[in-house]
Amino acid sequence: MSDITKQSLSELVENIKSKKLSSNEVTKAFVERSEKSKELNAYITEDYANVLNKAKKFDEKPNLDLKLPGIPMAVKDLFCTRDLRTTAGSKILNNFVPTYESTVTQNIWNEGAILMGKLNCDEFAMGSSNETSFFGNVQNPIDKNLVPGGSSGGSSSAVAAQLTPITIGTDTGGSIRQPASFTGTVGLKPTYGSCSRYGIVAFASSLDQAGPMAQNVKDCALLQEVISTYDEKDSTSIDFKRNEYSKELTKDIKGKKIGIPKEYRVDGMPKEIEDLWKKGIEYAKDCGAEIIDISLPHTNYALPTYYIVAPAEASSNLARYDGVKYGFRAEGENLIDMYEKTRSEGFGAEVQRRIMIGTYVLSSGYYDAYYLKAQKVRKLIKNDFDEAYKKVDAILTPSTPSSAFKIGEKTNDPVSMYLNDIFTVPVNLAGLPGISIPAGHDAKGYPLGLQIIGKAFDEQNILNIAYAMEEKINFKNNITDWWVK
Amino acid sequence: MSIDLKTIKHISKLSRISVDEKKAEKLAGDLNSIFDFIEKLNELKTDNVEPLTSVAETTLKLRSDEVKSKNLRDQVIKNSPKKNEDYFVVPKVIE
Amino acid sequence: MSKNKSEYLINRHDNQYEVVIGLEVHAQVTSQSKLFSTSATKFGAEPNTQVSLVDAAFPGMLPVINEFCVKQAIKTGIGLKAKINKRSVFDRKNYFYADLPQGYQISQFKDPIVGEGKVILDMPDGQKEVGIERLHLEQDAGKSIHDLDPKNTFVDLNRSGVALMEIVSKPDLRSPDEVNAYIKKLRSIMRYLGTCDGNMQEGSLRADVNVSVRKKGTKEFGTRCEIKNVNSIKFMQMAIEYEANRQVDLIEDGQTIDQETRLFDTKKNETRSMRSKEDAHDYRYFPDPDLLPLEVSDDFIENLKSEIPELPDEKKKRFIEKFKLSPYEANILVSDIETSNYFENVIKKSDVKLATNWIIGELFAALNEKNLEITESPISAGNLSKLINLIKDGTISGKIAKTVFEQMMEGDKDPQKIVEEKGLKQESDPKALEALIDKVIDDNRDKATEYKSGKVKLFGFFVGQVMKVSGGKANPQLVNEILKKKL
Repeated sequence: MSDITKQSLSELVENIKSKKLSSNEVTKAFVERSEKSKELNAYITEDYANVLNKAKKFDEKPNLDLKLPGIPMAVKDLFCTRDLRTTAGSKILNNFVPTYESTVTQNIWNEGAILMGKLNCDEFAMGSSNETSFFGNVQNPIDKNLVPGGSSGGSSSAVAAQLTPITIGTDTGGSIRQPASFTGTVGLKPTYGSCSRYGIVAFASSLDQAGPMAQNVKDCALLQEVISTYDEKDSTSIDFKRNEYSKELTKDIKGKKIGIPKEYRVDGMPKEIEDLWKKGIEYAKDCGAEIIDISLPHTNYALPTYYIVAPAEASSNLARYDGVKYGFRAEGENLIDMYEKTRSEGFGAEVQRRIMIGTYVLSSGYYDAYYLKAQKVRKLIKNDFDEAYKKVDAILTPSTPSSAFKIGEKTNDPVSMYLNDIFTVPVNLAGLPGISIPAGHDAKGYPLGLQIIGKAFDEQNILNIAYAMEEKINFKNNITDWWVK
Repeated sequence: MSIDLKTIKHISKLSRISVDEKKAEKLAGDLNSIFDFIEKLNELKTDNVEPLTSVAETTLKLRSDEVKSKNLRDQVIKNSPKKNEDYFVVPKVIE
Repeated sequence: MSKNKSEYLINRHDNQYEVVIGLEVHAQVTSQSKLFSTSATKFGAEPNTQVSLVDAAFPGMLPVINEFCVKQAIKTGIGLKAKINKRSVFDRKNYFYADLPQGYQISQFKDPIVGEGKVILDMPDGQKEVGIERLHLEQDAGKSIHDLDPKNTFVDLNRSGVALMEIVSKPDLRSPDEVNAYIKKLRSIMRYLGTCDGNMQEGSLRADVNVSVRKKGTKEFGTRCEIKNVNSIKFMQMAIEYEANRQVDLIEDGQTIDQETRLFDTKKNETRSMRSKEDAHDYRYFPDPDLLPLEVSDDFIENLKSEIPELPDEKKKRFIEKFKLSPYEANILVSDIETSNYFENVIKKSDVKLATNWIIGELFAALNEKNLEITESPISAGNLSKLINLIKDGTISGKIAKTVFEQMMEGDKDPQKIVEEKGLKQESDPKALEALIDKVIDDNRDKATEYKSGKVKLFGFFVGQVMKVSGGKANPQLVNEILKKKL
């Protein structure tokens, strides 16, 4: 089969289970395509020889009862993988090889999948364009010199370019949904506490969540059901009844109440986005959903809140990268000198900027004015959603205020870069699940996404809505293989 | 509100990130534009609002007092940029 | 007033200064595993062999709290008669140091697990109450070793993440003696509770000492200095003495005192400034987002209350009331859980008065001489009890008992057996004693005559002779009676 890499995850699983394809055939196809796709720079670390071995081993004694039998998969390089270098896109972890495995990836391997390699991302997941990675820009397969979004840019690029049938990313302020939107793929940020954070390089602990990135909603549901487990090793993991999301997936969303928050009509929003949103509302109606206007009055305060909370936590989470236990060390005359040089040379500019912001907002005399204030506004933002969910089952918004932009376009203006996450950040602050599905193209032919936000722990509902709308939208990604060599 | 170079140097010290003049100036510019944008929060009155630390609406789970982690010295020291058989090694600490 | 007599004041010229002391005691929680990780806490392990990936702060590693440590902290709070906070929060205290792998210490800042409490001190001139400000749980740091290499510092993370209770007193202490009493009492309470072994040599109990001085009679506190990490009571007392005098000298010299952190140099016996002022610390405390608030129920606390043993103050009261011990005796016997356990085991089956005297007298002296703790006593409580019963029922005399005791100290032998084997049993058979006495009188006819003619002082001589001839075994009371008759 020459079109193996064009198949969705669900198709591949079906074909392996029915023995039409072997893990080896599938793995070989994705490895070959990945090898021809170096120009995308989606990978930081390739593990092709090992994955081919694992595929052969799988085929020798295939366990076809597993959910991901012999499926090759590359993952964002923020997940610690045993014996395979994990960099978080940073020079400071350039040579770090974990001796342990993140819970989320372990769950995936437990269901039979095998690791192809580690995907590029913004350094410590801090970025919206994958341009802060120490390992270079990632190309969006949609067009040359277009960013794939971030921070899970390697992941979105790899899924859209079919270098991996599916992948996982992490989302702190939009890092799954925004790159999914930029690449015409589907990305789910689960409820905070749904997926364990154990073994994931931390950015902002109260916001970080791992989630699936896929070519379609069904694949996304399948991976979500694999990765979401209660984990005693993560004190913020929540023990709730998890669905078999893919099995319970339905397009019947008749009577579901979907809220449209007026505050998401932001100043300067391109007409294309406005139109897309209107189209989305029509699709939802077509599916039998009831549309209700709602208000999330503190929406405009979400981004400033986020840019206090996330850097504050990050400034502390990244203190462990000090050149003592692992990673990069610059020589210094004494301990302090070593610290300062290591961190100054080891971290990139954006990471340093955020550590500085975080240190400042927590420092003596500013804590109340910034950090405490942000925590209070965070409460108001969460209250907005709680209030809205008394009236509706889900909320529909655009995923991003624009389509993908050119590499280099926003690198000198941090604030305009941050504005990319305006629609996704409130969801993280409130700890809710949100999914981005591709819903159309702009005038340049670049994909645009719609976001469906759910109640906490109600992933099934937003997956169902996304599944129903996906059929109506019938989105086709324009992938020309321009990079393939 | 304006963050001056002295403040930048103070934060860089607290963060253990060395900055030279040029970098400090760039950072001051960036941080000032970011804080201009953050100042928007001052529009809100929040006196009676409870701060939200975690969205996880549950409390801390407690684990039992069991030793599960064995001697991992080799693993723990393995990744260190400088070590000897027993210890992590760092440049002399001067108080 | 006796109160004034023991007052600790520093005199300079015409001024008298009072010393105000507050302690932050760091007590290692007795537990198998660490506060937020599952590695062991044993003392003296090979370097870096009790370090988990969490303790060494590997990327993506997360803290999970140890229930037992929470219980230990609450129990200690109950022992300090303190308010237990049903909701407490863990914060990060951010600073960089080689032996602090996370770059922050997980501690409790705004909302500690235990609030205000008190400790009662027994001072020579009466009781004194010392207020407890709070008790919170936190992680210990690792160890930096500076003297193994001229250019480098070595880091051992075995201690990293071990649970500590920081117990903060109010500034209620006024002298090195009170500090001594306070630490001992705190240690005693925790050892009764089993929450901290109080072993200062192993670093299980250390303190930061806050010292300020003020002219006697003034109400406002002076500027305080914090002397960091002092690990013995003797050093605490020396440090306070030095520091208080240093501050008084500064004031007398018209200078001001800088609020600062100081270090006690045990070799030079002085305190010195630890960190330059420009490097002022800003710990940037904030709630640890990897942990949720710790909440405990009333039931949880009530269950722990039911596990609290009788504590030294209550035990002392009982000993005085029930056993009629003097406050002095009671204090000694309750000061340490092991001693009081020993005492209570001895008196299960023997006389309280004799037991008290033998433990406080002979046993303590003998242990002291051999540099042994009561837990290492060669004589078990059971055998001491037997020895006391042998005295009580007249089987052996007090004097013989001392001989037996000495042999028991050589190894925990049954006193009954020693007495039998060595034939030390007291001679209480009147006939046998009469024969003995007759012989002594016979042998000392001249002295007997002198006695009869009025030289009654010689009675002692005859008693001595009889005891000597009997090899010390003659029942002294009977000897007295018979001698009187015969002479």
